[in-house]
Amino acid sequence: MTTLLQQLVYGLILGGTVGLIALGYTMVYGIVQLINFAHGEIFMVGAFGALATFTWVIPEGVKGTWYITLPLMVIAGAVVSMVIALIIERLAYKPLRNAPRLAPLITALGVSVALKEAVRIWYPGATAPLPFPKEFLTGSIELGSILIPKTGLLIIVVAVVLTVLLQVYINTSRMGRAMRATAQDPDTARLMGINPDRTIVLTFAIGAVLAGVAGVLYGVHINNISIDIGFQNGIFAFTAAVLGGIGSIRGAVIGGFVIGLVKTIAGQYFPGGTQYDYVWIFVVLIAVLVFRPQGLFGETERVRA
Amino acid sequence: MRKKVATAAVLAAGALLIASCSSNKNEGGSSGNAAGGNQCDTSKGTLTIGVIVPLTGELTALGVGIRNSADLAVSQANEKCTVKGYKLVLDPQDDEKNPQKASQAATKLSSDPNVVGVIGTLNSSTSQNVQPILSNKKIVQISPANTGPSLTRGEQYGTAPKRQFENYFRVCATDDNQGPFAAKYLVGKAGKKKIAVVADGKTYGEGLANEFTTKAKSLGAEIVTREKVGEKDTDFSGVIGKIKPLAPDAVYYGGEYGAAGPFSKQLKEAGLQIPLMGGDGIVDKTYAQLAGKASEGDLATSVGAPAETLPEAKAFIDAYGKKFPKEGYSAYGTMSFDATNALIEALSKTLANAAWGEDQRANLIKNVQDYKGKGANGDVGFDQYGDSTNKLLTVYQVKDGDFKNIETGQADK
Repeated sequence: MTTLLQQLVYGLILGGTVGLIALGYTMVYGIVQLINFAHGEIFMVGAFGALATFTWVIPEGVKGTWYITLPLMVIAGAVVSMVIALIIERLAYKPLRNAPRLAPLITALGVSVALKEAVRIWYPGATAPLPFPKEFLTGSIELGSILIPKTGLLIIVVAVVLTVLLQVYINTSRMGRAMRATAQDPDTARLMGINPDRTIVLTFAIGAVLAGVAGVLYGVHINNISIDIGFQNGIFAFTAAVLGGIGSIRGAVIGGFVIGLVKTIAGQYFPGGTQYDYVWIFVVLIAVLVFRPQGLFGETERVRA
Repeated sequence: MRKKVATAAVLAAGALLIASCSSNKNEGGSSGNAAGGNQCDTSKGTLTIGVIVPLTGELTALGVGIRNSADLAVSQANEKCTVKGYKLVLDPQDDEKNPQKASQAATKLSSDPNVVGVIGTLNSSTSQNVQPILSNKKIVQISPANTGPSLTRGEQYGTAPKRQFENYFRVCATDDNQGPFAAKYLVGKAGKKKIAVVADGKTYGEGLANEFTTKAKSLGAEIVTREKVGEKDTDFSGVIGKIKPLAPDAVYYGGEYGAAGPFSKQLKEAGLQIPLMGGDGIVDKTYAQLAGKASEGDLATSVGAPAETLPEAKAFIDAYGKKFPKEGYSAYGTMSFDATNALIEALSKTLANAAWGEDQRANLIKNVQDYKGKGANGDVGFDQYGDSTNKLLTVYQVKDGDFKNIETGQADK
């Protein structure tokens, strides 16, 4: 029983990270029908941005004070991710807005490789994994014999809170309404006085901020970052977005948690154990898509322009 | 050696009279060669020694140590005019520890008729792909670090060993030496009886874990579980959650430091205060950096012995420090140096009365096979499979943030 609960905790932590990244995939897809494969690297860049801030910006004296250091790093990670994402949107995706669907998709793959290599070449020491600071937030909360790492708890809480905020924002604010309108039909949205370009930029920015925050928290939790963290978590997040129904906010986060839980539970109890935990993630994905091709929370047969 | 130097010096002096050649490097201080200075006869041209190791990615530190040590051997040979009539150059290729990149590098090197041999690779998994390509062109390959037993003796290496490639040699002990050596220490000396075994799914990690498991069981230890982590994993909580309830008193990890360091750290954070033991792939300072303070007491075996403890290696360390003050020679430096010297000496013997050409490749392979010498890592020589006759192994333990050697010995077999 303890083992099961412990694995559930680990699954939720992984799920929180994946869910936060998946939000970016699902929002961008919802509004411009682009699978932004560079999004995993945005997550990675956020983690590196925060590490750079910690190393070179934050003064020695306050590095150990978590309530100063951690918010600064989260903000730095989010800002770096957002700036990079906006540059990519402007330079790589906007010129291809009216091109065939495949062109931006391939571009996204190219951007992903470019970002990874750029960090590897220009970030000092990024050719190998780098230690990520966590001295300011260590230890675990013990519930009986179950350990909940504080950093992990932070990821779960942040993931849930940000998702709720995002859902509320999109459903109630003016810009949220503009986003939904642009997603439904950009041309009509424009006729109604909405600036689709601004809306799209905002969508990219929000997705990148979430990924940046996730990157920083993941780094703090795992204690190491490398240029590879974006690829693997990006693939998980993409899978989560598809599983939850691409275009759906809560679908993405719930998909993330499902993937996290499937990975740890399958590793523990399914045949093959940890040798085959990735396999089970995709078995679940296929099983869901067979019966609900639109994903868990996706809308059926949305007519696309 | 001295005699050779003298002859070469005379030859060089002669060559100088005919034409003053291009290599007029003036290195102040090194005045070992009396008559000819540093000028060697390089009238017959340039021969290339390839190196295939990871020069980017998480194994950079190891790869750079291998490349630099090979570089050192080559420049020493050039200074001493070891290969008469030829200038040697090094052509390092980056394989990013990726078998496909390694094949590309091997293909590139093998297309050059002046490539006499290749030092590398670091990973057994990359060597698997490099071997057939170099073998096809009869290019000597000497690895300073491949520890996978099947590379020399085939899949049935335990029961029916069979030489795989006549051009392939290595100067280090293998996993079927290393795994049992680790088991003997961990079960025998450290007294651990409940061990969890984790491997990363690559040829190296799985082989090491298998050899360890066999020996540990025969010594009476219980292997409580066998798990696998993904090559690019950074979050190991799934595996750790599975190991924890089994309450092992040690973990054996088959893999490399890029994953092992974070794994050890997360292991201890999850409340498992037990040592992690690994193979030569984790013996690097970066491991302790990645694993943090929690790694104190973690163990590892490695091939060879730390250069600092070997009297034979002193000259190597001094020369290396002078040439590369900033980059360490890392775990395989001495072996890379020995491997390169074995190749150069064999080449010198091959070309004593002949000019380089495709027809010399078979002779070169034979001369490497017959090579016997004293290197920075002790005796250098090869058995009928191409394996090293020197099977020196060392157990290391993390202390104050770096691996310290605690026991050195020859493997049983």
